Amino acid sequence: MNNVLIIGATSAIATAVARIYAKRGDSLYLLARDESRLLKITDDLRVRGASEVYSARFDAQEFSSHESVLDRVFSLMKQVDVVILAHGTLPDQEACQSSVEVTLREIEVNALSSVSVLTHLANSLEKQGSGTLAAITSVAGDRGRKSNYVYGSAKAMVSVFLAGLRHRLFGKGVNVLDVRPGFVDTPMTKAFDKGPLWAQPESVAEGMVAAIDRGKAVVYLPFFWAWIMRIVRNLPSFLFLRTSL
Amino acid sequence: MKLSGWGRYPVIDSLPEFPVGDECVMKLIEAHGSGPLIGRGLGRSYGDSALAPTAVHSAYLDYFRYFDKQTGILRCAAGVSLASVLELIVPEGWFLPVTPGTKYVTVGGAVASDVHGKNHHIDGCFSEFVQSITIATANGIVECSKTSNAELFCATCGGMGLTGFILEVEIRLKRISSSFIQATTIKTKNIAETVEALDIHRSATYSVAWIDCLSTGKGLGRSLIMLGEHADDGGLQTGCKARLSVPFDVPGLFLNGVTMQAFNSVYYHRVTKAKSRSLVSYEPYFYPLDGVRNWNRLYGSDGFLQYQFVIPRKAGIEGLTVILNRLAASKRGSFLAVLKLFGEENSNYLSFPMEGYTLALDLKRSPEVFALLDELDDVVVGLGGRIYLAKDARMSKSIFQASYPGWESFSQLRRQWGADNIFNSIQSIRLGL
Repeated sequence: MNNVLIIGATSAIATAVARIYAKRGDSLYLLARDESRLLKITDDLRVRGASEVYSARFDAQEFSSHESVLDRVFSLMKQVDVVILAHGTLPDQEACQSSVEVTLREIEVNALSSVSVLTHLANSLEKQGSGTLAAITSVAGDRGRKSNYVYGSAKAMVSVFLAGLRHRLFGKGVNVLDVRPGFVDTPMTKAFDKGPLWAQPESVAEGMVAAIDRGKAVVYLPFFWAWIMRIVRNLPSFLFLRTSL
Repeated sequence: MKLSGWGRYPVIDSLPEFPVGDECVMKLIEAHGSGPLIGRGLGRSYGDSALAPTAVHSAYLDYFRYFDKQTGILRCAAGVSLASVLELIVPEGWFLPVTPGTKYVTVGGAVASDVHGKNHHIDGCFSEFVQSITIATANGIVECSKTSNAELFCATCGGMGLTGFILEVEIRLKRISSSFIQATTIKTKNIAETVEALDIHRSATYSVAWIDCLSTGKGLGRSLIMLGEHADDGGLQTGCKARLSVPFDVPGLFLNGVTMQAFNSVYYHRVTKAKSRSLVSYEPYFYPLDGVRNWNRLYGSDGFLQYQFVIPRKAGIEGLTVILNRLAASKRGSFLAVLKLFGEENSNYLSFPMEGYTLALDLKRSPEVFALLDELDDVVVGLGGRIYLAKDARMSKSIFQASYPGWESFSQLRRQWGADNIFNSIQSIRLGL
């Protein structure tokens, strides 16, 4: 039985991940901002077989609260085997372009808050000497594109930060996983027309748990995004700049 | 966004809303003060009952609230599918007391259509096992059951989502000691034998007849009757995922009188003995088509119409003979024609079943089929029967009003709860509800 901490637990992918662990009979600690939804998810995971489900309110933008919230998790669970970072927003690129304020707020939610949380978590897991630290970033972080570079650059920062943590914690018993999903059909993306590249949160969650189980470093979900992004990253600038990506 | 029912007709432009909590649903209802909006689950109703300019999807309202493994009481949000319920309860020795022919419907949808199963003659409709429902009405969130807000309860079960948006449902499950079904198949030579066999075996827990609806003359109504009982042992297993999928629309040419007749004939002759027994898992027994994902694409991009009617018991063999003759003469048979004996009707305003015989048909959409079904409507209603709303995409207002005696009280109740201005589907507008 594992102890699993999920930050941003009300997101669609996080909920799907939590259900997989619940079915395995694991213990879960959920952190999220929306308390009424958190309560429903807690009930749901208990019904699905989780041995214990704890939850607490967590606001990514209240940086000063991060340390105490996470300390409480570690003192209650004693040992944390898996941590999943799933909080975040999908910024409106046009709104960001016309407002520095909006841009910085999105960077704060999607990058700086993760940096803060990851720093605390890395220290705790290093002390513990075991565990997996998995964060959901995005394929959007692989190359800046006009359609969503605010989101992409925030996610890119988290990806590089994770790479650094992986290097630092190598040999300390802690694995760091960077999960890069492509398009996922969630409430966050409900306004988009869905094509064949879109995945369901359940299948992304399955891929994520499998990557955690296998101790992987970086995983693209579904797998074909690794190939798509290889092309996008390597497209020469004179061509890339002419695309409408 | 383009939206249609499982029969892929009609198709309309619809704004999708995906609320993530009860409060979001209430906000949506307030925001869309004059509608029309309608709740929508997995989109398995065939026609236009879950179609509206604004469709409120229950995809993210899929939480279990509690499950008492001792008493078999389960409470969950309306967007939970029967497939998820089965996955949870079967290993614990519980089963759905009533299940339709697919597990890919939501609990909310099962209530809204007051679905029936192969055991209707003994156990009645889904609502029989519903202990309480939480509904987001135009006037706020309301709890109802057979004893509190009983009228709202009776209107909501079978009410096609027209009283409000169903948020949570509490159901009473059925104990099983095995996930297997002891199935018996009986082969009959004509409609008289079929009806007689259904009648003789009316004490069987599950019974349904597959009719070769293209066979004429002496063989009119020849069938395979499938009876079932929960087995005593064999283990409690779930989890058969769809192995086959129909990846694209099959060209219309594929389904014609010849292929249909051939299929029906082969299917009928596949069973050689007059009576045979086998032990099968509950999944292929109850959900034979769930094994083929997107099977609705078999009917091509034009889609198809499901036609399910019920006629009273007294209309019996004569009534069925008239209808089967018309169908066979039209050469517009169906891959699957399913006949079943219904038990007594319940007191819900718009629930479909009544004591008698029900027949369900799939018909590829064409202008001629509309004319044929209009003719059949008159025959069915003339015999005192009616058409299933969850499968309908075309019934006229007059046929509906003549066959659902509860419609006026239902409309009145809708006005009382302020639902008539907000909760409307393309179907409810067509039927004048």
